[in-house]
Amino acid sequence: MSIDLSQFIPTFLEECFEGIELMEASLLNLEQGDEETINSIFRAAHSIKGGAGTFGFNHVTEFTHLVETLLDEMRDGRRNIAHKDIEILLDSVDCMRLLIEAIRDDCSYDDSKVIVTSQLLTATLNNNSIDENIVEDTTKDNENTSNAIADDNLTHWSISFIPEHHLVQTGNDPLLLLNALAELGKVSVTANCNSIPSLVDLDATELYISWQITLITAAKKEDIAEIFEWVEDDCQLVISNEESIDKKPAEINLDIANEADELITEKPTIEAKTKVKPNVTNDSSLQKPKAESGSIRVGVDKVDSLINLVGELVITQSMLSELGNDFELSKVARLNSGLEQLLQNTKELQESVMRIRMLPISFAFNRFPRLIHDLSKKMGKEIELLISGEQTELDKSVMEQISDPLVHLVRNAVDHGIEATDVRITNGKPEKGTVSLDAYHQGGSIVIEIKDDGGGIDSNVILAKAIENGLVDESTSLSESQVYDLLFEPGFSTAKTLSDISGRGVGMDVVKRNIQSLGGRIQIESTLGVGSTFKVFLPLTLAILDGQLVKVGREVYIIPLITIVESLQTQEALINRTSGDMVLYRLREDNVPVIPIYKLFNIPAQNKAIKNSLLVVVEADGQKVGLMVDDLLAQQQVVVKSLNENYQQVEGVSGATILGDGSVAMILDVPSMINMALKLAKKQQQNNIVAEEVIH
Amino acid sequence: MSKILVVDDSNSIRDMVSFTLKSSGYQTVEAQDGQDGLSKAQTGTFDLVITDVNMPNMDGITLCQELRKLASFQYTPILMLTTESSTDMKQRGKAAGATGWLVKPFNPDKLLATIKRVVR
Repeated sequence: MSIDLSQFIPTFLEECFEGIELMEASLLNLEQGDEETINSIFRAAHSIKGGAGTFGFNHVTEFTHLVETLLDEMRDGRRNIAHKDIEILLDSVDCMRLLIEAIRDDCSYDDSKVIVTSQLLTATLNNNSIDENIVEDTTKDNENTSNAIADDNLTHWSISFIPEHHLVQTGNDPLLLLNALAELGKVSVTANCNSIPSLVDLDATELYISWQITLITAAKKEDIAEIFEWVEDDCQLVISNEESIDKKPAEINLDIANEADELITEKPTIEAKTKVKPNVTNDSSLQKPKAESGSIRVGVDKVDSLINLVGELVITQSMLSELGNDFELSKVARLNSGLEQLLQNTKELQESVMRIRMLPISFAFNRFPRLIHDLSKKMGKEIELLISGEQTELDKSVMEQISDPLVHLVRNAVDHGIEATDVRITNGKPEKGTVSLDAYHQGGSIVIEIKDDGGGIDSNVILAKAIENGLVDESTSLSESQVYDLLFEPGFSTAKTLSDISGRGVGMDVVKRNIQSLGGRIQIESTLGVGSTFKVFLPLTLAILDGQLVKVGREVYIIPLITIVESLQTQEALINRTSGDMVLYRLREDNVPVIPIYKLFNIPAQNKAIKNSLLVVVEADGQKVGLMVDDLLAQQQVVVKSLNENYQQVEGVSGATILGDGSVAMILDVPSMINMALKLAKKQQQNNIVAEEVIH
Repeated sequence: MSKILVVDDSNSIRDMVSFTLKSSGYQTVEAQDGQDGLSKAQTGTFDLVITDVNMPNMDGITLCQELRKLASFQYTPILMLTTESSTDMKQRGKAAGATGWLVKPFNPDKLLATIKRVVR
């Protein structure tokens, strides 16, 4: 009988990746070295090895075995956890990932790294001269294989099986053992009942019988011994070959050992041949298919809530259809309440489904500890990575696409941001540089911050470089943020020498483009000598947004509820006009600039006077502004539809949604509205100046 | 038909063992670690327990010891699934009350052939 196991392979591979990730993360933390961590690493390696063997991925088993052996020595305290060993283990983890990915994508892999790493592992293991485990294990495997090559010659075996009294208490059953023997060949059994005590002394949980068995079989001695494997310590067992009594037992053992030896030496070469072949024949498959993972792992609680909701939906549906069976006008009230319930169910269902696509950003952040570890080693800089907000949820597809730009930004922070150790010391900074990653929700977007405490960005250097490259004119005066924006221009690189780490031809312009294609934006803050912060703003494309519906003229807009500080009716006494047609509203200690939405979007409005108008005070990037609207409508959750995908990006608007009556409403992007208002004010000011000049 | 408790923290191994057993007509209950296994064991009687050794929360050795303390598991065959074929592991298993062990890797046929030694 043969059972097809291939259906379990995807699960197994997924587990492997999880295990590999866990190993990597734990290895990076291992430098403090505690028992629980090393145990969990060992467990992961152990599971991968076991599974790989079961599913027939012997090359994975072989490789992981080396890793496991090394880990086992560390676990048992036979080996100190040296820095060097951790590096080797990290490399090994990479190799395991490579091997598993090759299985998943069904393609070949670059085996040079695997070979080098396994040599390193072997060398490390040999150093401590504890390699007998490997030998022992391979011998075991080969004993099993040698069974298969048993010849057809039948042998008469005589087996004396005298169990200890307690044998059955271990859960073993002599009858089943005898049955198993019977499967090997022809068996005749004689039971010896002499030692059964009288009924008074008899203990029902003890065994008093022994057996004498003759077996005619083609099986080898090991096959027979294997059946008794679990009881050999609990019985007296003699297995002898009746026909070849003249042959010394020692010799037989020797034969087996020799055979096993041969197999050991032979096996790897065979394996190597079979593994190399696909490499040669389909070279084209070396280009790995890009792993856009087609599946999502979803927490059981999320699925449970879905099932729960579907259950409620079914109840509502059956109630409504019953109502529809014989409908009378008197039942309108019930119909209404039923429809309301349906609305509630649908809404919750929609929310839950959306939530399934959301993953904590830790999925993207998890690769950074390793990256920082490798980078700091390569650059000779000591760097500490601080991660916070890793539970912030982000749409899965956004996550997949933001990963690479983030890597680039982190690389930049390490390469260009953090100064060399000696420079840091002369500047009176802590020797260890810090790179911190943070993620949080702000308004309708998620913000990812990459912050370093390095040298900061010298705007003069950038400007000089930009002028040199002909990106800007010497005469133009640029604000600091405009200068920083130059970093994102194609063909701009300030690195004096191209290092291995950044400057791989992928410039910041690509980073910016990627972020923009997600409908996001990037912003730089930097203080010379103190550090820089790169803020990536990403929309929650598929997210549901809590919004405040407002009316301006005939349009309905949605202001993300989270940005709203308060809504109020203006009082004349608190309105202040400044030069440049800017209006400030006194809100307790703050002076809040008033932005009339109708002016910003150039649309007609019912109410153009600021006096007694409705003001929605919103906050973005620490800046408060008052948005002047005609009317406040309902608060509701809206599904964000990306404008980028359906139309194009529009300043001041982060997306759109479809309201209950089928009309489209724009979702306001508060930070970009502030920018717009500032520009507008500046333009106005310039116009005023021009006008004044004309008058004079 | 015999009822078997399968305890392993690896989904794939657990599924594979369980699938193999079911395809041969055994009834199975799955548990994801020793702790889970112990609580599932207390829900009924089993004809055989197959457990992994290295598991989070409670390892197979401890599970074995705990099971042997239960009256209904005093003589139930308990097999350890292990890749550690060293005698040390076998001794520890035996000391904890295990009936025997299955050395990974194993194929389904081998699994079925082997458990016949302890279960009908």
